[in-house]
Amino acid sequence: MNFNHTEERRMIGDALGSWLRNEYDLDARQRAMDEKAGFSHKAWRELGELGIIGALVSDTHGGFGGQGYDIALVFEELGRALSVEPWLASGLMASRILGECGDPGGLLSDVLSGETVVALAHGEPGSGYDPRWVETTATADGAGFRLNGSKAVALNADTATRLIVSARTSGAVDDAHGVTLFVVDAASPGVKVRGYATIDGLRAAEVELTDVSVEASALIGEKDGGLGAVENALAAATLAVCSESIGIMEVALEVTVEYLKTREQFGKPIGSFQALQHRMVDVATAIEQSRSLVIKAASVFEEEASTRDAALSAAKHYIGVAGRLVGEEAIQMHGGIGMAKATPINHYVKRLIMIDHLFGDTDYHLERYAALSR
Amino acid sequence: MDLSFTAQELEFRDEVRDYLRANLPRHLSEKNRKGLRLDKEDYEEWHDILRKKGWLAVSWPTEHGGPGWNVVQKYIFDVECGLANAPRVVPFGFNMLGPVLLKYGSEAQKNYYLPRILSGEDWWCQGYSEPGAGSDLAGLRTSAVRHDDHYVVNGQKTWTTLGQHANKIFCLVRTNPDVKKQEGISFMLLDMTDPGISVNPIVTIDGGAEINEVFIDNVEVPVADLVGEENKGWTYAKYLLTHERTGIANIGHATAQFESMKRIVNAQTRAGKPLLDDPYFAGRLAKLEIELEAMRITNLRMVAAAAETGAPGPESSILKVLGAKIRQEITDVARRAVGPYALPYIPEAFDLDFDDPVGPDDAAPIAASYFNFRKFSIFGGSDEIQKNIYAKMGLGL
Repeated sequence: MNFNHTEERRMIGDALGSWLRNEYDLDARQRAMDEKAGFSHKAWRELGELGIIGALVSDTHGGFGGQGYDIALVFEELGRALSVEPWLASGLMASRILGECGDPGGLLSDVLSGETVVALAHGEPGSGYDPRWVETTATADGAGFRLNGSKAVALNADTATRLIVSARTSGAVDDAHGVTLFVVDAASPGVKVRGYATIDGLRAAEVELTDVSVEASALIGEKDGGLGAVENALAAATLAVCSESIGIMEVALEVTVEYLKTREQFGKPIGSFQALQHRMVDVATAIEQSRSLVIKAASVFEEEASTRDAALSAAKHYIGVAGRLVGEEAIQMHGGIGMAKATPINHYVKRLIMIDHLFGDTDYHLERYAALSR
Repeated sequence: MDLSFTAQELEFRDEVRDYLRANLPRHLSEKNRKGLRLDKEDYEEWHDILRKKGWLAVSWPTEHGGPGWNVVQKYIFDVECGLANAPRVVPFGFNMLGPVLLKYGSEAQKNYYLPRILSGEDWWCQGYSEPGAGSDLAGLRTSAVRHDDHYVVNGQKTWTTLGQHANKIFCLVRTNPDVKKQEGISFMLLDMTDPGISVNPIVTIDGGAEINEVFIDNVEVPVADLVGEENKGWTYAKYLLTHERTGIANIGHATAQFESMKRIVNAQTRAGKPLLDDPYFAGRLAKLEIELEAMRITNLRMVAAAAETGAPGPESSILKVLGAKIRQEITDVARRAVGPYALPYIPEAFDLDFDDPVGPDDAAPIAASYFNFRKFSIFGGSDEIQKNIYAKMGLGL
């Protein structure tokens, strides 16, 4: 029994943590958000050079980490800094799908170095959180395919030069079988990308595909067998945002406790009031329990999918509830100043709450956990 | 990171498991599994079995008859006993007074009392709470006035668990009423067979009788039965609160209780369909299982930290609250599972040989357990006291 990371992992975590502390305060984050891409290409490339993106992909797939504990460690640090760079879209999901599918186009090394941004366009307006629901179609067209459909809230798809698009080549709309993945040039005729900011500081896009022609070589992985790679990527992303939440919640706790110690009302620090003390203990307890479930999920991340997914659902469900408690209490205890955009805490809370809207919310994961553990 | 036990620890776990399988009498584990009440003979039978193996006073050093286990071994033993539905070891002598005497007692006290605790000759109970001193324990008023070579003690203790079986009681008493309240308290050992002591049972919300009032009327206590120094009793009482806290969440018992509840749930139907087909009920169960698993890992993290640093931190307060909450929640889900059959209250159903149940198997004690388990968030420092402690020690508020 040992709850410390290995020396190698600690070095990665320290390198990332110190880079973020030196280069990426909330002002730097705002400047990154103000760039056209909604993030800092410079920061992205520097972190790529530091090897942080590569740490999210296994050595057999071109990186040098990629295990549950690697993802957990990196994303907890990113959470502390609220990094808006395309970690989930390109660094984690696209890179892992490319790695798993053999990267026929040779994109992966540029993704891992931060040179190229690739986004996953999988979810659809009608899919909710169900990964199997794919209405977009790919019909054979000579040697290639013709893609038609709509993709929804695809992270960083407005900046990505290439999109990994899932489309149905057979089966009913919610069949696990029959989903195929294609790498599509974002500038292809028929691809319409409508980018926007998200409320928590990221960028995403709606992607319309109208008779988009792709060559046979655009198909990655197996025809009809692409869903597994997507589900694996979503599993990694679920672990990532759970870990990111831990980093955010820790900051929210630190900042709020500090505020309770310094803010005075009725002639004394408000942290001396038992009504607030006990609620803060509830917040701290929820964070400890969340961390325990993330550790568990990371520890079984390499095991078979049902074990992995049950632990991920446990963590994601719990963090959906805990994140809301931590976030709402942080704002409430700050009082009026917690409502001001200039107060740092609000950026943390927005991201924390919105994480419940990614990769399945607290209800979705409770239901999935119940089904998997029955 | 590695969440698993070492090969050596697993070997130890298997040794404990094998031992329990071979030596834990079925009538005792069945009583625990079903939530039935244990009597004095049940506890003594289990103590006798553990004593023979040398596993009774697990926190004592070997020279006093303990097994000499480390933090992880003690944790494993606690968990395995819980999982096996073993009775708990009555903690007052073995896990409370014992460690205080070992740290603060005189040689004479250690030599006299420790063997008597271990042999079962003395059954101790705890004289802390008073009618006017619950969460504000330091406000206690039972007085001890020195006369030459003895003290004369007068007052009342309450909520004294299993005091009806005890022949000894360790008490916090006031020896100086004129100083800050924590600084006028002493720790004394009283003989319950003294005619000045009377014990009055308090019937609890569930109909059980495990707690008592203890009246102390002009009881003479030799100075030799003062533990440590006069007026330092608060320090010793606080030591107890931080000692051996890694098992405080009762994760083994909670897990066994969860499994028992799950068996009950799995046997239930509603309108011809399995109860678990009801997504709302399935959600209740899933939430509980997730919370339990989180608590298990949180507890392991604390054990690992205690193994590194030697002492558990203020996180034990968090675990106390979590452990109480989850055990209470399990009884809540269990009573919902049996539906209207939570209602019948048949006193005989608390006997192991009762064979005429009303409704589903094992339904009889469920509602009573639910009410009985309200105690977990009250005794041993209520939830509110634990949160006070963590706010101060853990958060610095």
